Amino acid sequence: MAERWTQEVRPFLSKWALVAVPYLWSLLFFLAPFLIIFKISLSQTAIAMPPYVPVIYGLGDFWSKLSDFTFDNYVFLTEDPLYYSAYFSSLRIALVSTVLLLVVGYPIAYGMARAPKSLRNALVMAVILPFWTSFLIRVYAWIGILKPEGLITIALQGLGILGPGEQIHVYNTEFAVFIGIVYSYLPFMVLPLYAALEKLDTTLLEAAADLGCPPTKSFWVITFPLSLPGVIAGCFLCFIPIVGEFVIPDLLGGSETLMIGKTLWAEFFNNRDWPVSSAVAVVLLIILVVPIVIFQNQQKKV
Amino acid sequence: MIEAVGPIKRKFAPWNDPTLKPFIRFENVTKRFGDFTAVDNLTLDIYEREFFALLGPSGCGKTTLMRMLAGFEQPTEGRILLDGKDLSGIPPYKRPANMMFQSYALFPHMTVEGNIAFGLKQEGMDTADINTRVAEMLELVKLEKFAKRRPHQLSGGQRQRVALARSLAKRPKVLLLDEPLGALDKKLREETQFELMDIQVELGMTFLIVTHDQEEAMTVSDRIAVMNHGVIAQIGTASEIYEQPASRYVADFVGDINLIDGTVSAVENGVATLRCAGVDATIQAETGKGEVAVGAEAGFAIRPEKVHISLEAPPAGAPNVLAGEVWDIGYLGDISVYRVRLAGGSIVKATVANLTRMVERPITWEDKVFLTWPADAGVLLLK
Repeated sequence: MAERWTQEVRPFLSKWALVAVPYLWSLLFFLAPFLIIFKISLSQTAIAMPPYVPVIYGLGDFWSKLSDFTFDNYVFLTEDPLYYSAYFSSLRIALVSTVLLLVVGYPIAYGMARAPKSLRNALVMAVILPFWTSFLIRVYAWIGILKPEGLITIALQGLGILGPGEQIHVYNTEFAVFIGIVYSYLPFMVLPLYAALEKLDTTLLEAAADLGCPPTKSFWVITFPLSLPGVIAGCFLCFIPIVGEFVIPDLLGGSETLMIGKTLWAEFFNNRDWPVSSAVAVVLLIILVVPIVIFQNQQKKV
Repeated sequence: MIEAVGPIKRKFAPWNDPTLKPFIRFENVTKRFGDFTAVDNLTLDIYEREFFALLGPSGCGKTTLMRMLAGFEQPTEGRILLDGKDLSGIPPYKRPANMMFQSYALFPHMTVEGNIAFGLKQEGMDTADINTRVAEMLELVKLEKFAKRRPHQLSGGQRQRVALARSLAKRPKVLLLDEPLGALDKKLREETQFELMDIQVELGMTFLIVTHDQEEAMTVSDRIAVMNHGVIAQIGTASEIYEQPASRYVADFVGDINLIDGTVSAVENGVATLRCAGVDATIQAETGKGEVAVGAEAGFAIRPEKVHISLEAPPAGAPNVLAGEVWDIGYLGDISVYRVRLAGGSIVKATVANLTRMVERPITWEDKVFLTWPADAGVLLLK
């Protein structure tokens, strides 16, 4: 009996215990919250605590109240153009921001990867360092820079480009949102690009030059194609969270910038409509599943 | 790779023809990296269709010299001429030389075909011609079946061939080979050395090879430059370098050698007599071209295969005799190496070809033996 325990049962258990840890983690922190949100999205608002019905206590309760669940909230999302345009606007802002991030981040990552070896770690540090300050405070700081009487206006007035009474109106525009997003997400773009560019064998560029390829062209035929895994990783790491971004458009974008994260916030806290906001969240997740799956597949290939 | 083209080691010695102009010329070239002088005021002529080897230990400046010719490094001083044209200021992508890199540097995101066609595309050659040339190159290196593969799907030997085909595809005036066979195993390396020679003769190109492997340099090249600390220690054909080393460094670096130190006691009719105190022997050797003064410190250098080992004592008073005891025997199959300990304690090596299938050799450990050699078998190297 004891022999069976040491030779069969214990190895079996320890093997499964090891595998079970990540599954338990996912179950606890991803699947369970999702199921709760999904359940709320099928409920109806009520003036109560919590502000929806039905509220379920135990499994038996679940079966008896099954008929109270409804897809009305999802139908509602299709009826009000506000949600369409918020989703669409979020995707558009995320797409434009990602392109901007790539355009800004690529030269930075390239410069870092080509810097002397002794300097590279310091440069990576410089990219990560802003993370040590609160994200919220950094976005607030941009208000001070962008607002009509802010630092940019003062600087431009000082340089004589703007007259004494004139002001720059960037704050509370979509442009300010782009600035905020590009600033906040830059490390997520730069680091994967840097990782891809840093391991690129520079002998390949010498080989290209040796075969008659000038440096500008060898960037496009050698460097860029070989950095594509980094480009893809960086783009998805930025695009996916930007779609759901809430803080930056709320602080810098004012009322004219419509994003689904803001809409969700308003439904949840201003309207206290938990079921609709849950439905908004579930639909957002479904929209993002497509890019997430593409991203996962791409990572497997690398 | 290609069919053998008959006896290919032709009488080829353009360096002895004063009317010929060198094809590649390094003129007082110096290259410094900070405080370090990699190449020191070096002048070197290489002729058209020559297979030239730069041989030396790592850090001797051979690779730097090649990279300057390719255009990846600029000489600090001096200039490099190719076919009479000064190369300074011409970027690598405009030089008519192609290089085969030590790491092969194949483009990982392109197929074998794509790699070979890369240089041709840069020239703006039209597609039909590119396809013909790529097919030719694939045939030359026998990789027709692998055209669509990616570099990571090939073996080391196949990658080496792709790299060779890619660097040959543009029919460069000069092909530079940077330790081209370093990553191959011994058998494949030897085979490829002969293939390289055949290709060089067939295509009629000038090849410049950098290597630290003296056997490789001696096998493939018409001439060898032995380098040390950024200068050329000796230039010559393989046999010149091996049989007439100009210095102790060359003698020691190329092949196996016995060096016996002594003092010149007499010089007569171009033959110097060397008294070797440590081993209590008199050695006679030709003085060669240099002036040898009586009393000078000199070394006598002789290759192990030229030393005759015998159990019988030669006539008393004869020169060029060393007496000793067999200290060690190395049996290598084709030859045996005898390490003989002389009276003074120093070791002299002698090799004997194993011409018969005897398992027991007549000379064995601790035998008293006599080492002798013909009068012209060794060289005198002054300190």
